[in-house]
Amino acid sequence: MLNNLALANILQEYRLPLGDWFASLIDWMRFTFAAQFDAIRSAIDWLIDKSGDLLSFPPFLVVALFVVVLAWFLSGRGVAIFSFVGLLVIYNIGLWGETITTLSLIITATLLALLIGVPLGIVAAKFRPVDIVLRPILDFMQTMPAFVYLIPAVFFFRIGAVPAVFATIIFAMPPAIRLTSLGIRQVPEELVEAGEDFGSNWFQLLFKVQLPQALPTIMAGINQCIMLSLSMVVIAAMIGASGLGSVVLTGISALDVGMGFEGGIAVVVIAIVLDRLTQGRGSSKGYRN
Amino acid sequence: MSKLAVNNLYKIFGPSPQRGLELIKQGLGKDEILRKTGLTVGVNDANFSVEEGEVFVIMGLSGSGKSTLVRCLNRLIDPTHGEIRLDGEDILKLSTAELREIRRKKMSMVFQNFGLLPNRTVLANVEYGLEIQGIDKGERSEKATESLRKVGLKGYEDSYPDQLSGGMKQRVGLARALANDPEILLMDEAFSALDPLIRGDMQDELLELQADMQRTIIFITHDLDEALKLGDRIMLMKDGRTVQTGTAEEILTNPADEYVRRFVQGVNRSDVLSARDIMAKPLATISITQGPRLALKEMREHNIESIFVLDQKRRLAGAVVIDDVSQAIEQGKKSVEDIVQEDINTVTPDTNISDLIQLTLNSPVPLAVVDEKNRLAGVIIKGSVLEAMIPEGGTEDAE
Repeated sequence: MLNNLALANILQEYRLPLGDWFASLIDWMRFTFAAQFDAIRSAIDWLIDKSGDLLSFPPFLVVALFVVVLAWFLSGRGVAIFSFVGLLVIYNIGLWGETITTLSLIITATLLALLIGVPLGIVAAKFRPVDIVLRPILDFMQTMPAFVYLIPAVFFFRIGAVPAVFATIIFAMPPAIRLTSLGIRQVPEELVEAGEDFGSNWFQLLFKVQLPQALPTIMAGINQCIMLSLSMVVIAAMIGASGLGSVVLTGISALDVGMGFEGGIAVVVIAIVLDRLTQGRGSSKGYRN
Repeated sequence: MSKLAVNNLYKIFGPSPQRGLELIKQGLGKDEILRKTGLTVGVNDANFSVEEGEVFVIMGLSGSGKSTLVRCLNRLIDPTHGEIRLDGEDILKLSTAELREIRRKKMSMVFQNFGLLPNRTVLANVEYGLEIQGIDKGERSEKATESLRKVGLKGYEDSYPDQLSGGMKQRVGLARALANDPEILLMDEAFSALDPLIRGDMQDELLELQADMQRTIIFITHDLDEALKLGDRIMLMKDGRTVQTGTAEEILTNPADEYVRRFVQGVNRSDVLSARDIMAKPLATISITQGPRLALKEMREHNIESIFVLDQKRRLAGAVVIDDVSQAIEQGKKSVEDIVQEDINTVTPDTNISDLIQLTLNSPVPLAVVDEKNRLAGVIIKGSVLEAMIPEGGTEDAE
């Protein structure tokens, strides 16, 4: 009874300074790794710039036609037609420039997320301790509200596109890791045994047996990664990333329904096109079951 | 020296398997050890040796440890204790790189569910073992094509596994294993996933291939009929232990214990037994120059209704039946020559018992078993064929 009372007292009178601890950690990191953060910042900046250039250098129609041809081969005629009409609409309502900016953010974020996520997934599939450590971290990354990443991101990388990409990477990377790992672990035991029995070494087993079989699942992870990146577009605009997100955000703050809707429609079109492009590759076409 | 010798091999699954080993040595059984420690005994003191060119069948029901045992042989599963000597060298002491060489050059496995890579063509699947050895494209495609020809899949090089039937898939599996030109073939329930008809065909074809190749084959199966058909020698396993090792006849006629006896009761004996096993010595014969009265006397004496007739060189001339003999006596004939039925059914000692059934049922006289010089080696009556088809008893009578 006495003990219970003491515990109640402690719970009421002493508050765990969880927020302070985190703030101190971020502060400490900001000053200790300032040089590193600056280097990362310029690297990400460079990637965003280059991917933006890649999309804005050719005229709109060339890009649109390229997407249409790609869609035709990967996902069929319906998706090709939809992509073409969708892109024309975006161009027509004058949001092509913003779309390019948004796409360059997504491309950069997805690229980096995959570059880190897929190898991590492979390692997690092959080494059980890594998987055990990684699992709660991934849960944390995925369920922590995405807004929360924005604040430390701004601390580390200042305002603009770079912290937006950083927050997007953290939010979008978990499915790439999880599905890569799952795909590899789901390769039938007999195929792995066959690979080993014929004398494959570690890398031969990975690249000739496991990765080809895991490809559909890994593609689903890539698809998820892209979709999650897109869902961060508007949130990222809150810390100064330009593009379609900032169109929507301006629409909201000015209570301009039409403007918000146009920005939103452009995001939806991009989302559907990207989704179909990556899903087509992952499911039936180009891969035999 | 044996091609492959396994001595005191144990495999115990679970953490700290050495503890399980101690308990086994104290004489505890598989179930007790599982209850006490949570450890699973996969293989319990396996001892056998396989000679070069032999088909050695390891058989047992599921859970008997046979699949674990065969995976120990190429170390897909690392045994807990014991030794496995390949050409005298203990492969459990090899480094990873040396083991890889053994897997690439000396042993290949054929899997129950084929283990084919679905994203590769048939040819690319067969090439796999050669590809990872770094053999150049031309040579490996040549070897793989030759291997596919051997298993009768010429022309299917560019197909994908999902376009093939089960039997064809397993031919690809076999071709892939053969492409490496291994000294030892490990076949883990290789035909168990196939339907019975195809399975029979594949067994015949394996035996034909084996007649040409003379590889050492270790074949795992849960099907006793398959074991009896393929195995030069058979090892029966139960609960990770060896119950009996021997040839098909040894196991059928002399089961080591009650377990094996129950096992072989269900077997389709017709596949294993031949005329030699069930034929009896002829009770009586007469010479073709002898008379019908003597024939009648012999028949009465032995209580039979027909008797085989031999010529001067003791070769089988035919048979006479009791009705004809009585007539010949009435007509006063001096010899049986005129009444001999010459077109009687004869078989060789190697004739399979299943082929005998029809012949004995249709024949008015017992079936004559003759050797290559057409001399009478034995006789088979309807009863002994049917008796042999029924477990136990039948085989004892035949001896």
